[in-house]
Amino acid sequence: MSEEKFDAIVVGAGMSGNAAAYTMASSGLKVLQLERGEYPGSKNVQGAILYANTLETIIPDFRDDAPLERHLVEQRFWIMDDTSHTGMHYRSDDFNEQRPNRYTIIRAQFDKWFSGKVREAGGTVLCETTVTKLAQDLSGKVIGVHTDRTGGVILADVVVLAEGANGLLGTRAGLREMPKPEHVALAVKEMHFLPEEIIAERFGLTEDEGCVIEAGGTISRGMAGLGFLYTNRESISLGIGCLVSGLASTMEKPYALLDAFKGHPSIRPLIAGSEIKEYAAHLIPEGGFKAIPQLFGNGWVVVGDAAQLNNAVHREGSNLAMASGRMVGESIFHIKCRGGAMTKQNLSLYKSMLDKSFVMKDLRKHKDMPALLHTNRQSFFTTYPKLISQAAQNFVRVDGTPKIESEKATSAAFIKARSRWGLVSDAVRLALAWR
Amino acid sequence: MKVTVMERIEDKLYQNRYLVDTGRPHIKVRPHLSPSPNLLALTEICPAKCYEVNDAGQVEIVVDGCMECGTCRVLCEANGDIEWNYPRGGFGILFKFG
Repeated sequence: MSEEKFDAIVVGAGMSGNAAAYTMASSGLKVLQLERGEYPGSKNVQGAILYANTLETIIPDFRDDAPLERHLVEQRFWIMDDTSHTGMHYRSDDFNEQRPNRYTIIRAQFDKWFSGKVREAGGTVLCETTVTKLAQDLSGKVIGVHTDRTGGVILADVVVLAEGANGLLGTRAGLREMPKPEHVALAVKEMHFLPEEIIAERFGLTEDEGCVIEAGGTISRGMAGLGFLYTNRESISLGIGCLVSGLASTMEKPYALLDAFKGHPSIRPLIAGSEIKEYAAHLIPEGGFKAIPQLFGNGWVVVGDAAQLNNAVHREGSNLAMASGRMVGESIFHIKCRGGAMTKQNLSLYKSMLDKSFVMKDLRKHKDMPALLHTNRQSFFTTYPKLISQAAQNFVRVDGTPKIESEKATSAAFIKARSRWGLVSDAVRLALAWR
Repeated sequence: MKVTVMERIEDKLYQNRYLVDTGRPHIKVRPHLSPSPNLLALTEICPAKCYEVNDAGQVEIVVDGCMECGTCRVLCEANGDIEWNYPRGGFGILFKFG
């Protein structure tokens, strides 16, 4: 294989790697994709929600054979304290459409399918192969990769780094910095299996309708974090993620947070009687726009989680991964067609495509949010959730207290906890970061 | 009434599928006299509880249950506390669902 030269080598068979490899292979480029797992997906972890629109741009008829679990008709946002949740639910029959907008998926199955499409398109996919080092010439230009298989360098005009949040190659080669503890969240997740009809009954779903719960509050014990529950066909993905910096300073055990979340009175009945079949952990890039590294150079580009392309506010990671993978693929094809070399200058086409797309527009929009949530974590993840629960309870509990007194108690509690000035400034800062 | 059932981490990891590369751990703790705060934090926050303090007060690692998340790398590779590599191709955690 070492004598053969490829148009492109893609490192990794996750969402971004598969999107890049598929885009290039289907446009006729000679692509080699390297994956360290036993099969594509065996190293990949996600919640997981698939955003149809982005995949549709790449594979328009994916619904015909992709392994999809449930299409989402209901989204619940919960603010939790230790015994309660205050929620907003959005459910609409509009989501029961011909081409549903969002689906739950199981990554090990989905990635296997996506990788199959890369092969069908003519790409070479080599699993059980860990790329150990980038090969660079004297000028620093990336010219290929070294792997843990016998044989020398595998050469390519360009290497696409789709190596995920914990990508070693780019950081080792000095192409980007290691993610900072305050820019990555550690999420832990369990797969809870239940009969299909029980899931449908508990969440009020019919056939392949699905429901999502995203929950914040005291469950993250004062750290910036979020819990989630996604309904699959016959399982529930349940997890919680917190910033690594938060975990390191509080020394909280992630699996203890997960167990407490599972034991919360609002969650416990939803998973009662389930059989747990897997426990997974994964890093999620949370640094947003300001943490995005250099995305291209001579002979290389970086996509997806490795490039910190994750919209934490809207919880779109795989979406940005697929979009960036497609845009890299299209850029490389475009450069190739006009006979250009894979230089830094030419590959900047990828960055300008990203800048014009929703990927960078969305990330730029929320650029101040990570820092806001990080520096105000006690208020946003402990104080407010407790106050909101108290307010809701004051509102609904009937115990002979005149309403005017309950309402006064509610506003007094908010002022006592955050002060008038604090409340206004929190609201203003949140609004500015959201803008 | 508050009931929280705490499960042992070993029981959680037992659900997972691994192909352990015997004798070739992919993460190593560098020899140290006393652990740095970040290294010590790993004994609590590693999601697979791979890190433990031994009788001599030093932090040790057993990588068998590692889920290759990279938390320890983010905290401890830059300051030289640990050496981090991915397992050889095909080895390590093999997620059935992911």
